[in-house]
Amino acid sequence: MQFMLLFSRQGKLRLQKWYVPLSDKEKKKITRELVQTVLARKPKMCSFLEWRDLKIVYKRYASLYFCCAIEDQDNELITLEIIHRYVELLDKYFGSVCELDIIFNFEKAYFILDEFLLGGEVQETSKKNVLKAIEQADLLQEKTETMYHSKSFIGFKKAY
Amino acid sequence: MEVVNLQDLVRGIRNHKEDEAKYISQCIDEIKQELKQDNIAVKANAVCKLTYLQMLGYDISWAAFNIIEVMSASKFTFKRIGYLAASQSFHEGTDVIMLTTNQIRKDLSSPSQYDTGVALTGLSCFVTPDLARDLANDIMTLMSHTKPYIRKKAVLIMYKVFLKYPESLRPAFPRLKEKLEDPDPGVQSAAVNVICELARRNPKNYLSLAPLFFKLMTSSTNNWVLIKIIKLFGALTPLEPRLGKKLIEPLTNLIHSGISVLPPIPAPGEGVLVPRGPEWVSALAMVLTAVLTKLSVAVLISLSSGMPNHSASIQVRPSLGGDHGVPHLKYLGLLAMSKILKTHPKSVQSHKDLILQCLDDKDESIRLRALDLLYGMVSKKNLMEIVKKLMTHVDKAEGTTYRDELLTKIIDICSQSNYQYITNFEWYISILVELTRLEGTRHGHLIAAQMLDVAIRVKAIRKFAVSQMSALLDSAHLLASSTQRNGICEVLYAAAWICGEFSEHLQEPHHTLEAMLRPRVTTLPGHIQAVYVQNVVKLYASILQQKEQAGEAEGAQAVTQLMVDRLPQFVQSADLEVQERASCILQLVKHIQKLQAKDVPVAEEVSALFAGELNPVAPKAQKKVPVPEGLDLDAWINEPLSDSESEDERPRAVFHEEEQRRPKHRPSEADEEELARRREARKQEQANNPFYIKSSPSPQKRYQDTPGVEHIPVVQIDLSVPLKVPGLPMSDQYVKLEEERRHRQKLEKDKRRKKRKEKEKKGKRRHSSLPTESDEDIAPAQQVDIVTEEMPENALPSDEDDKDPNDPYRALDIDLDKPLADSEKLPIQKHRNTETSKSPEKDVPMVEKKSKKPKKKEKKHKQKERDKEKKKEKEKKKSPKPKKKKHRKEKEERTKGKKKSKKQPPGSEEAAGEPVQNGAPEEEQLPVRGTSAPPPRTCDIRGSLQEDSQVTVAIVLENRSSSILKGMELSVLDSLNARMARPQGSSVHDGVPVPFQLPPGVSNEAQYVFTIQSIVMAQKLKGTLSFIAKNDEGATHEKLDFRLHFSCSSYLITTPCYSDAFAKLLESGDLSMSSIKVDGIRMSFQNLLAKICFHHHFSVVERVDSCASMYSRSIQGHHVCLLVKKGENSVSVDGKCSDSTLLSNLLEEMKATLAKC
Repeated sequence: MQFMLLFSRQGKLRLQKWYVPLSDKEKKKITRELVQTVLARKPKMCSFLEWRDLKIVYKRYASLYFCCAIEDQDNELITLEIIHRYVELLDKYFGSVCELDIIFNFEKAYFILDEFLLGGEVQETSKKNVLKAIEQADLLQEKTETMYHSKSFIGFKKAY
Repeated sequence: MEVVNLQDLVRGIRNHKEDEAKYISQCIDEIKQELKQDNIAVKANAVCKLTYLQMLGYDISWAAFNIIEVMSASKFTFKRIGYLAASQSFHEGTDVIMLTTNQIRKDLSSPSQYDTGVALTGLSCFVTPDLARDLANDIMTLMSHTKPYIRKKAVLIMYKVFLKYPESLRPAFPRLKEKLEDPDPGVQSAAVNVICELARRNPKNYLSLAPLFFKLMTSSTNNWVLIKIIKLFGALTPLEPRLGKKLIEPLTNLIHSGISVLPPIPAPGEGVLVPRGPEWVSALAMVLTAVLTKLSVAVLISLSSGMPNHSASIQVRPSLGGDHGVPHLKYLGLLAMSKILKTHPKSVQSHKDLILQCLDDKDESIRLRALDLLYGMVSKKNLMEIVKKLMTHVDKAEGTTYRDELLTKIIDICSQSNYQYITNFEWYISILVELTRLEGTRHGHLIAAQMLDVAIRVKAIRKFAVSQMSALLDSAHLLASSTQRNGICEVLYAAAWICGEFSEHLQEPHHTLEAMLRPRVTTLPGHIQAVYVQNVVKLYASILQQKEQAGEAEGAQAVTQLMVDRLPQFVQSADLEVQERASCILQLVKHIQKLQAKDVPVAEEVSALFAGELNPVAPKAQKKVPVPEGLDLDAWINEPLSDSESEDERPRAVFHEEEQRRPKHRPSEADEEELARRREARKQEQANNPFYIKSSPSPQKRYQDTPGVEHIPVVQIDLSVPLKVPGLPMSDQYVKLEEERRHRQKLEKDKRRKKRKEKEKKGKRRHSSLPTESDEDIAPAQQVDIVTEEMPENALPSDEDDKDPNDPYRALDIDLDKPLADSEKLPIQKHRNTETSKSPEKDVPMVEKKSKKPKKKEKKHKQKERDKEKKKEKEKKKSPKPKKKKHRKEKEERTKGKKKSKKQPPGSEEAAGEPVQNGAPEEEQLPVRGTSAPPPRTCDIRGSLQEDSQVTVAIVLENRSSSILKGMELSVLDSLNARMARPQGSSVHDGVPVPFQLPPGVSNEAQYVFTIQSIVMAQKLKGTLSFIAKNDEGATHEKLDFRLHFSCSSYLITTPCYSDAFAKLLESGDLSMSSIKVDGIRMSFQNLLAKICFHHHFSVVERVDSCASMYSRSIQGHHVCLLVKKGENSVSVDGKCSDSTLLSNLLEEMKATLAKC
């Protein structure tokens, strides 16, 4: 997979993950072009389109479009499956996920994606394992956060 | 300042919908302020907000350095955010990316798996060739990490590393292969993924893995893995047909059991199921059943009963018609068809109507798929029909992109495999002519190229082509005025050329000549006009010849007069090429006119200008000219001039102007007279130089009477009536004609057949006994003689033309079965080896360098101090089998030799050490103490201090024996003060497994964390390494004792200190004092200081003559100040430290070091 984009029906980008290094300018151009093309398509049309030398696989979930770019030899259906799997993961993590969850916790959405895919390849096929890894990392984060807070409090006391 | 968090920012942006840009620029200003603060939490928050803004399209590249700062935070919370920001915003052009190398390396070796994980994830997004090279070895080590979580990430990221740094593929491949049999399914799937991706690009290198994958396929239960493996086999089977047969059974099994087992469906797009024989057909059929029924697509499979006859046929009928078909299944159905088409064209061709229907679909994706399919479906028989269908779509099509796509497809379809399917080129030419009616197409040049190609290569069609082209030229006013802005006028280029080159076929050459000389022509683009001019002469030459032969001298003169009258309009062209050709030809024609006036026959000579035929040349012909033997293309024809001369003899100007450059030594004191004379000469020269823009307006205005563009009358054309080029035959009529012709042919054939039957003599014709009409039976309407493109003599047939040299995957075309050469090892960050006997001169520059850079927080001291005597003692104590002992000693000696050779001159050492110095802050190398270097391996200990009381010890194990070492376990006896961090649940006496095996000659690094309570005293820990050595003779279990020595100096971090701060520290009076004195020192003071800096991690604060103050800090924050004085033959060290025990221990250690000097 080359990249994954999430955008709203209004064309607002909600998440972007690039597995090929591109300059910001190129990324913006590609994003703009794709958002336009995908949004112009009618609901009854198929989920695939050929764009430049890539294949675009997209699917709409509620108000969000999930859009992936794959190479010619890659499989469209598996990509749809990947998208679906990611949506399921988001759903499990946030508990019936909605667009706002992704807007306000966009970094979490990235972390989940990073546990699921790495370098554009599926990293972990088990939903359970992905969520477990995320939970544990979150736990670690909370632990260090509380540690940090207590420390800074002590530092504060010392200073005065 | 109130710090806004991410949620507030998002809310703020949503509340400021009207003035979003203003609000965000305000936010960015705030963020910039936050980034300036020292608080890492504030910084991380700022970076997190930036990451969000980056997604909204704002540039955050200016914050790259801040991102790195957050990446290097020790807290996971911040590190996570830092790496996320980096993975989102870094790319190969980010210049600070190289600063991350050591940070990433440090995180990769972090004891926390989530630190490592987050670093790997981030790296996968922004890995550059440099990072790939520097980190390849670290990542490779992680592939054998104890945690599967890390292993699978490391395996996956290796693919990215291979792409960026192909040299790493061979060294890493054995381990990657090993991971195919990893006990963890996630790691296994990752390895399958990577190898599958590699094999897809260069399948031939991975054929040897087929048996392994075969095993995996039959044993694996993970569908994602199965699909990848099937995909891999799809790439391998074309290379090894036998594989296909073997696959049938497992695949059939899979499908039988798998309809419910395979949730993600191996789509037809896999390209897996390329049938390779009748057996394969059934396998394919079943796969498709499984796949397609799941897709609720109606599949009709009729395997004909005649399997032995190899005439199995499949019919796949996706529910293409009607609205009830799920759209993307329709798409996939078409995709499937295009796969089947390659092997079973007939079964697809029967669905031609369905596919043509798809061209009417609303969905462009489906239309394009259908078009693709049509390309493969055409035959001699149905070409005309299909193209006719397409032509109606061209008329109907909305949107230029799709119409252009149709146009290119029509041309592709017709021209494929050298016009294989075209039986009637007249029809094709008229199709091309019809296509010229397309407005706004970008593909005018494509049509033109086709016209030229057909006219040149099909001799029989030239007459017809010329008549069509002349008609086109005649209607050029239509084309020129209405389509000036788009590419269709390119067609005129071809038309003009064809009419000129094959002018002998023209019906009314004079008429065409006039058409080509119309004033309107000058509105065409320059390159087309140029062709017009050139071909007008060709035409003129042939008319001249005709007239002269017919004895019409007047007629000939009239044509010449026409030329003389009309050519000046081209002479005035703005296009240089046109101008040049036209003026040249005008002069020629004027000359001819003079000769004609004298009644001299000129036609012969004029047509001699264009004698001979132009032949098509294959586009790759030039490349294929073989280099004659004995010709060295790289050899100099003329030896280049030596450098010393090149100053004077610059390349000569092609034309004159030589004289303007005068030799330098020319007398500079040229008098006034001389100057005036030269000025005059220059003015003269300028006046004569047509290219010199003069200050005064030129008297002659050459282009005075040029008609401006605005003078050209523009005729408004009513386009509501569909454009039909008058007088041009429509292609449709050919379809009818063709049908009739074929019918006639058939009748004739039948007749002939009957005759033959009666005679029963000649049966040479193929298929003549079959009543069906196959492709071969359709004889072309014209005597088609497709001239092959010319290739040079001895052209070498090669396939390499198709390969793109820039293909990144090409670099990975590497033979993986060859054994690894020594030179192929991955670059490993080496620790500088400094022997105690290192010559003093070498140390000097380093010290200076350090004292010059007081701001560099952390400095590296790499040191290998080997207590060789101890080692030898141990050697004696140990009593292994006497047989091996001698062997071992030999090796030991070799080891020593090797170490010495590792010493490098100081310059190169600095260079090699530089990247380490840049990064890996907070990482401190502990000097190596008391490590035994057992013959089969060497333990090389370095430690990195991470937190207050934790030390990471990295042990490099190198196998110097010829046996494979495995099952290695490290057990260390904890002391009260120092404990080894062990996995949870294991007792103190358990050994900690080493997470890898060591084949002979391989080294690897294992890291262990130790917790140290108090650092004021030196520590010694005893440990044992047990392992199984396995060679051909068998396996033995062996043990190896070693000792880890944590000296007090090793807890010190070289910390620079300014003299004023140093003075304050001494004045504070909190420090206890102690001193030592060592006699008999002959070493220079500078070297002495260097030694202290090096071995004991001090930095020089100030130095006055033979007296210097030095400073260092312990990991737990003790300050250590030294005053070093040198007398005649002695050195005294006075120390002050916040802990007296630490100080005295340190001084003892220092004494030992100094005593050796």
